[in-house]
Amino acid sequence: MGEGRRPRSFYVLGAFFVIFVLFLYGPLSAIIILSFQGPSGGLTFPMNGVSMHCFTALFAQQRVGDFWGAFQRSLALAMLVMVSTVLLSLPAGLAFRKHFRGATALFYLAVASLIVPSILISLGIGLMFNILGWETAWYSSALGAHLTWTLPFGLLIMLAVFNRFNLSYEEAARDLGASGWQTIVGVVVPIIAPSLIGIALFGFTRSYDEFGRTLLTAGVYNSLPLEIYGMTTNITSPALYALGTLTTSVSSAAIVILLTISFYLRKRESQ
Amino acid sequence: MRRATSLVAYLQVAPLTLVFVAFLLFPLLALMVVSFWDYTAYTTIPTVVLTNYREILSSPVTYTTYLNTLKFAVLTWLLTLTIGFTIAYFLAFHVRTFIWQIALFLICTVPFLTSNIIHMISWIPFLGRHGIFNSTLQALGLIHEPLEFLLFSDFAVVLAFVHLYTLFMVIPIFNSMMRIDRSLLAAASDCGASDGQVVREVIIPLSKPGIAIGSIFVVTLVMGDFVTVRLMSGGQSASVGLMMMNQIALLQYPAAAANAVILLLVTLLIVAAMVRIVDIRKEL
Repeated sequence: MGEGRRPRSFYVLGAFFVIFVLFLYGPLSAIIILSFQGPSGGLTFPMNGVSMHCFTALFAQQRVGDFWGAFQRSLALAMLVMVSTVLLSLPAGLAFRKHFRGATALFYLAVASLIVPSILISLGIGLMFNILGWETAWYSSALGAHLTWTLPFGLLIMLAVFNRFNLSYEEAARDLGASGWQTIVGVVVPIIAPSLIGIALFGFTRSYDEFGRTLLTAGVYNSLPLEIYGMTTNITSPALYALGTLTTSVSSAAIVILLTISFYLRKRESQ
Repeated sequence: MRRATSLVAYLQVAPLTLVFVAFLLFPLLALMVVSFWDYTAYTTIPTVVLTNYREILSSPVTYTTYLNTLKFAVLTWLLTLTIGFTIAYFLAFHVRTFIWQIALFLICTVPFLTSNIIHMISWIPFLGRHGIFNSTLQALGLIHEPLEFLLFSDFAVVLAFVHLYTLFMVIPIFNSMMRIDRSLLAAASDCGASDGQVVREVIIPLSKPGIAIGSIFVVTLVMGDFVTVRLMSGGQSASVGLMMMNQIALLQYPAAAANAVILLLVTLLIVAAMVRIVDIRKEL
């Protein structure tokens, strides 16, 4: 590894990569900086001083609606989606290793769930609840709507993991007298733990930011993305940026925590 | 014994299957049923009429809206494919250690895990009338009037799509590329193939599955979009999703449902065409 001089194409592509990363992070960093705008500052540069003005405006409730409540609901929903995605994908992944009737149909159902546009899921669930005479709510209809997006990913990741899984560990455990349940909990789960964390990370972040699938399924109380969307139409102050900064830090915190756990597990596994 | 194994398998997939049945199949069924309902300004009437479909299919607005949506899909697809392939190619073949590959890959992934709407909003300070881009160009003396087409335009819509969805291309293409046997590349070079020929004759054909999966993601995401088009065009451009949202806002649920069914058929046709190229299941 690392032998030889790098070809010129490496530098050209490397520069392209750097530009791509700037393209990804540039706009976001700009609004994070602008959210610390002074009280007289506007939506664009230059900065008129530095302050926490926008953040305090955000928490003054009458101005931006029920931001705090929406945040709590979104956080709770994301946790629910995260846990359900892991708890449902893992056994399904295990089942796909045995051949059962309907496996192919279920696989295509999962793929279909990925490609059906989010607005159709949202409208369909909304209409279904309406026909059944049920109230839509974040913990029922919106939870189901989010799962149609996170579960297929969870299942596909599990299938990919088990495609490469070395069966000899399990056989060894079984030869030593472990029951099926003991084998799964004591051998399989620890080995695939980093992938499970990956599924959890995906489930949490995608649910926390989901807009399309929540729009017609959230019921009376808004989730955070709906609240933010509402703000885009009637607020033209940097308070919007402050909200962006806050919600981005929540996602980033989740990413950092789960990745750290994943690295720790991988390290322990390799010892 | 066999019987017991399959019983366990059924129990293991049951919860997942139930979620798909309850929140995917039944809602789609509800859409189809409601698409045949009638409606007035105040209420919906459960019945079986074809007026919703007839109105949609006879309106020229439908066709222009679909064309506009397809235009976004094709432009976004071309751009995300070019950029995504280049990035994946760099990561897979030019970055030499696995640790660096993973690190750079994660750097590309993190923005994708944060809020889409915030990402869209974050273009405002860049592209606005008094945004960074315009003021830089003016300071350099390249333009005298701010460029108006940057924000709230089709340009901004496609830019935001590319910004949000390129990663859906990078991940599957990178995955395909990492499975290419490196000795094939060496063999091609030894036989006198230039770098360009290696890419064209070896890497692109072997990355096809990843390209197809990424393309399916990007095209279906753009076809069903309404938020990006709404926010980035400032309400000046149309998409099928947006047309549905307008009908929902007017409580014309049956019309929106009929539109949804048509959109679903169109999307499935596009995907079916793409799937002919690749067997997704082999690629995991």
